[in-house]
Amino acid sequence: MERGFRHFQDELDALKQRLLAMGGLAEERVREAVSGLMDRQAGGLDAVLAGDQPINDLHIEIDDRCFKLLALHQPMAADLRVIVAAVKINTDLERVGDLAVNIAEAGKRYLRHAPVKPLIDIPRMGDLAQSMLRDALDAFVRRDIALAEAVLAQDDTLDALKTQIFRELLTYMLQTPATIEPALDLILISRHLERIGDHATNVAEDVIFILSAKDVRHPGSGAAKAE
Amino acid sequence: MTTSATSTSAPAPASLAGVATRRGQNLVPADAPVKIDVNALNFYYGPKRALDGISIQIRSNLVTAFIGPSGCGKSTFLRSLNRMNDIIPMTRVEGTVLIDGESIYDSGVDVVQLRRKVGMVFQKSNPFPKSIFENVAYGLRINGLVRSNTEMADRVEESLRQAAIWDEVKDRLHESALALSGGQQQRLCIARALAIRPEILLMDEPASALDPIATQHIEELIYELKKQYTIVIVTHNMQQAARVSDFTAFFWLGRLVEFDRTDRIFTAPAEKLTEDYVTGRCG
Repeated sequence: MERGFRHFQDELDALKQRLLAMGGLAEERVREAVSGLMDRQAGGLDAVLAGDQPINDLHIEIDDRCFKLLALHQPMAADLRVIVAAVKINTDLERVGDLAVNIAEAGKRYLRHAPVKPLIDIPRMGDLAQSMLRDALDAFVRRDIALAEAVLAQDDTLDALKTQIFRELLTYMLQTPATIEPALDLILISRHLERIGDHATNVAEDVIFILSAKDVRHPGSGAAKAE
Repeated sequence: MTTSATSTSAPAPASLAGVATRRGQNLVPADAPVKIDVNALNFYYGPKRALDGISIQIRSNLVTAFIGPSGCGKSTFLRSLNRMNDIIPMTRVEGTVLIDGESIYDSGVDVVQLRRKVGMVFQKSNPFPKSIFENVAYGLRINGLVRSNTEMADRVEESLRQAAIWDEVKDRLHESALALSGGQQQRLCIARALAIRPEILLMDEPASALDPIATQHIEELIYELKKQYTIVIVTHNMQQAARVSDFTAFFWLGRLVEFDRTDRIFTAPAEKLTEDYVTGRCG
């Protein structure tokens, strides 16, 4: 054998485990941010702000692992695809952590005002974004292309909810200018949740790339079109 | 030994149609003409079949790498492309090898002429125990390819320059070739192969006995030489195959398992066996 295969496999398994740990943390932060908003618990939102550090630490650790695996083992084919995809998934998960922080910050500002309206679509978006993220990571673990493709299909629903929230809040802001400030924060939160769905979509696309070597991003352009 | 050129019904040749444009990238010209066209090649050492129905089209002015575990037949196959296996007793060939459309196993083929067209570089550098100049001049002289001493000197210099060793040896051309380092000896052997102006260069693990810097010299040389020559290289080092070649053929137990653009073989091979080999899971 040309290189220490067992050693490489152990390192690759460890990389996957750390990536999953990071995914779990990012997902948990999103859940805490949305429930802190729903329950009007500023304390819960503070926990989200404090909880970003472990994600940032993992971001650096995972990049370092990928970098070393590439340099020391020169992986090929499926192994190469996993590591290149891991670098990208790592960045997506770190951004999800940051977006949870953004939601918590907007949520804290929102809590300083009376509620604009009962929140219905925001928790729906929160649930959907979290389930997309969870499914994308499950697809990674279970090597499940169908599940990854199902994540891609959900993104439109999330986008539609965001648009719906914007239209609804616009009417509140037009009628009652005092709601403008808190309503803007809700719009921002819906935008952050929509972005989390985009990152989950990116992860799902990377999972499809790992498993099938097909690049499904940007259908109709360049390489994807010629496939 | 018998060599026959019977064409047998065998699996369809590994077609390259559309390969270069499969991903919309033009890394390799799709229209590069076929230089070596092998169809259903079987090779036997006595009763043992070492190559099993190999069909492959090797394109002009590109580098094709053969990879696979020891004993998979890749070196045997390489040597069948200039009939170097003829010198091994009790061997037999079936199938066809066409170079520029002409069958090299036909009875009328002049093997010396064939090897002039299809040069070879071996794993262990094997300079003659003569001067650096004489090593390169030898092939020109015995083949009567030059008419004057001036022409000889020009051809020797040209070959040494092509092999990227001229600057290192120009002041000691008449010293023994055996005083050169391993990497220099290998480049001298490449210069010797180039001196008779072959069209195809077969390289059998040309860098496996060299240190990383000397290996890099050889790899850079391969990159330069493909502008003028069709190069086929056997290598045990998969990273080397990935670095230097345009196409890669993976051999396993005497069969050609997969033949595709090198970037495909090392990022997304079509065959499970190839995947297992290039990721170190078998072999």
